[in-house]
Amino acid sequence: MPETIHTHTFPNGLVLVAEQMPWLRSAAFSLLVPAGCAMEASSRGGLANFTSEMVERGCGSRDSRRFILDLDNLGLEWNDFVSAAHAGFSGAAPAENLPAALAIFADVVRRPHLPAQELPAARSLMLQELRAMEDEPAQKMATELRRRHYHEPWGRPPQGDLPGVQATTLDDVRGFFARHYRPNGAILGVAGRFEFEALRDTVGELLADWPVAEPPQIVEQPARQPYLHIPYQSAQTQIGIAFASVPYSHPDFFRAWGAVGVLSGGMSSRLFTEVREKRGLCYSVHAWHHTLRDRAGVFCHAGTSAERAQETLEVTLGELRRLAEGVRPDELARLKARIKSRLIMQQESSSSRSGAVAGDWYHLGRVRTVEELHELADRLSCEAINAYLAASPPGDFTIATMGPSPLEVPVAV
Amino acid sequence: MQFDKHYLPNGLEIVAECNPEAYSSAVGFFVRTGARDETDAESGVSHFLEHMVFKGTPTRSAEDVNREFDEIGAHYNACTNEESTIYYANVLPEYLDRAVGLLADIMRPSLRKADFETEKRVILEEIHMYDDQPPFGADERCRAAYFGSHPLGRSVLGTVESVADLRVEAMRDYFGRRYAPANIVLVGAGCVDFDHLVRLAEAHCGGWASRPVTRAMCPPEPQTPLVTIHKEIATQQYTLLLSPAPFDDARQRYAAKLLATVLGDDSGSRLYWELVDPGLAEHAGMQHAEFADAGAMITFLCCAPEDAAGNLARVAELHRRAGQDAVTEAELQQAKNKVCSRVVLAGERPRGRLFAVGVDWVCRGEYRSIEDDLKAVGAVTLDDLDDLLRRYPLLPAATVTIGPLKSMAAPTQ
Repeated sequence: MPETIHTHTFPNGLVLVAEQMPWLRSAAFSLLVPAGCAMEASSRGGLANFTSEMVERGCGSRDSRRFILDLDNLGLEWNDFVSAAHAGFSGAAPAENLPAALAIFADVVRRPHLPAQELPAARSLMLQELRAMEDEPAQKMATELRRRHYHEPWGRPPQGDLPGVQATTLDDVRGFFARHYRPNGAILGVAGRFEFEALRDTVGELLADWPVAEPPQIVEQPARQPYLHIPYQSAQTQIGIAFASVPYSHPDFFRAWGAVGVLSGGMSSRLFTEVREKRGLCYSVHAWHHTLRDRAGVFCHAGTSAERAQETLEVTLGELRRLAEGVRPDELARLKARIKSRLIMQQESSSSRSGAVAGDWYHLGRVRTVEELHELADRLSCEAINAYLAASPPGDFTIATMGPSPLEVPVAV
Repeated sequence: MQFDKHYLPNGLEIVAECNPEAYSSAVGFFVRTGARDETDAESGVSHFLEHMVFKGTPTRSAEDVNREFDEIGAHYNACTNEESTIYYANVLPEYLDRAVGLLADIMRPSLRKADFETEKRVILEEIHMYDDQPPFGADERCRAAYFGSHPLGRSVLGTVESVADLRVEAMRDYFGRRYAPANIVLVGAGCVDFDHLVRLAEAHCGGWASRPVTRAMCPPEPQTPLVTIHKEIATQQYTLLLSPAPFDDARQRYAAKLLATVLGDDSGSRLYWELVDPGLAEHAGMQHAEFADAGAMITFLCCAPEDAAGNLARVAELHRRAGQDAVTEAELQQAKNKVCSRVVLAGERPRGRLFAVGVDWVCRGEYRSIEDDLKAVGAVTLDDLDDLLRRYPLLPAATVTIGPLKSMAAPTQ
């Protein structure tokens, strides 16, 4: 690895992976803790999110007011999130404030108060998040599609479900915290302006004595039926289609991902051209690649008036199937131009690199440098992408719709 | 960073903040036109035209335009609001010439009838899409309630009827009135050579015919009704309040931004502790908006319908207290730290600077560097906030609520 990327694994398993970007004034971090929603008991949907909300309601020497005040005074732009695998905490600030910000988040993941009196307020927020999702039909549909594409528990939504959130007790939260907030399996990604030795020492003082805990066993359940319709008295029908792909660590990943770029990246992509530009069927139509560590999916979304939904579904499925015939050299050239500019523009943001280096470590156990990514992009060829598509043509679709009436879904989906 | 400006003989303005060290270049055409410049019969035409601009020119088809943007790997888009329409591209420096050439070409679109009819369907789908998402209609309805017959009360999207009835001739007429060079600014940020940018503008835009452009300006007469809009399919209740705020005086504008942060930032503000932390609302916040002849303080609230009246009373109480229960030095400092950090972080990307520089120039004809902004924020005092609240009390406010409620009692203002 070039000297701009540094890694250090502490004896308790915590990995620090850091990329120096000395031309920036800021530094950013992304702390991934192996406490995602796939670790929840199925009767406690939303517990990972609930716990992530509760750990921020007072930690270390700070009550919840002091916690927010201290972060604000550091000028930290921060965020928390829950995915299937992780609870994540990320932030960016003027570079000199990074150590103080890390000290606060060390308290969050190690010394939260988890106070009983905060439980009702946290629960109320969880319930409101679930309710607000009902007012976002595209998001609601996408949530149900993902739940059906992946085997349980990998397709779970972080928001959980109503019975799970209502049933959650303080003991559930404390138990989840005790089992899953652990250094073995945790990754701290940092990017921006810093000195690595000083950073490693700071992180060591904060987290090196964080005690390890036993990783959980996850039992998978097969996904449910391939087509689901959610009745909803809306003007539009939301259409979602998913099919299997290869994860980030797979040798074919860049071929699979490149094919999705041809399908939906930029306004000259196939879905945008065929569904929106030529036929005017939709305002919003796109597809994206989503990866977990050992499996992946391509997800498509289109939203259109109920009376045009059937045609939209058919045109979109047609484009997905046509992808198996391969991509053209001009499409590949545009794809490469987009990848190249995206990679270079990533160098302008400490936040996006801190997330990328932490994600790389989770998926690969190492970091792909920007130079390596450029090389991988340069090596992409039509032959390679088309060989992948011929061997793994889009098919075996999972479909979800939400709107006034269900659609006719071809039998051999 | 170096700021420069130049005028072409036909009236087109060129401004840029040049940073030769930047990884990328951002350029945009900022047109001083939006919903406020439309007549009733044209409602929605600014936004519809923004879509039509990508549909081709005498020398390029719509497919050519999309393809060429993708060939240079551009991060590009456009947006329309009450008083401006912005077309921009963020590219690697080697593609700057092509990006400017392409953007300049589409600023003289063909507006072909067949494309117009196809795109009309896309616009109608966009309106339907927002119609299915209750929070999205609320801001336009609240502006309409507050500004009444003032041009800022007009809808950006228009209605299904106004868009369906619009004829291509009316759009061509609007284009002729509004897209004159004197009404357009070419803005650059990041890795841009100013003299070269001027030469590009001369080559591509020098032939645009000049024409005088006017805009009706008048101080609004704010209305403060309470409007309840019943939305059967909504789950949560969405409430917005609008009250007067400064728009021209620099010191007052920065004071208004800090006041909105103290009272209504996403976290750590008075609204956050009063409503979000205890779980009474999913979301509550404030922001300061500025237009050419008016400012507005906007308060928004998303909560369960049964809590809406109680929460609105809490908001009213908080607004009332803001005048009496003065903001403390600690609160002001906390807000300054947050605002300054955001300025620095957003300023790291040329795309972020493009919008900051462009909006300052188009709205007020002034350039402010990152350092100018930081100094102005730092200079705001508690007396400035007191003075602001005396001149612009937060109550009474126009109030619009959308959701399952059929009626809602007004809090005592």
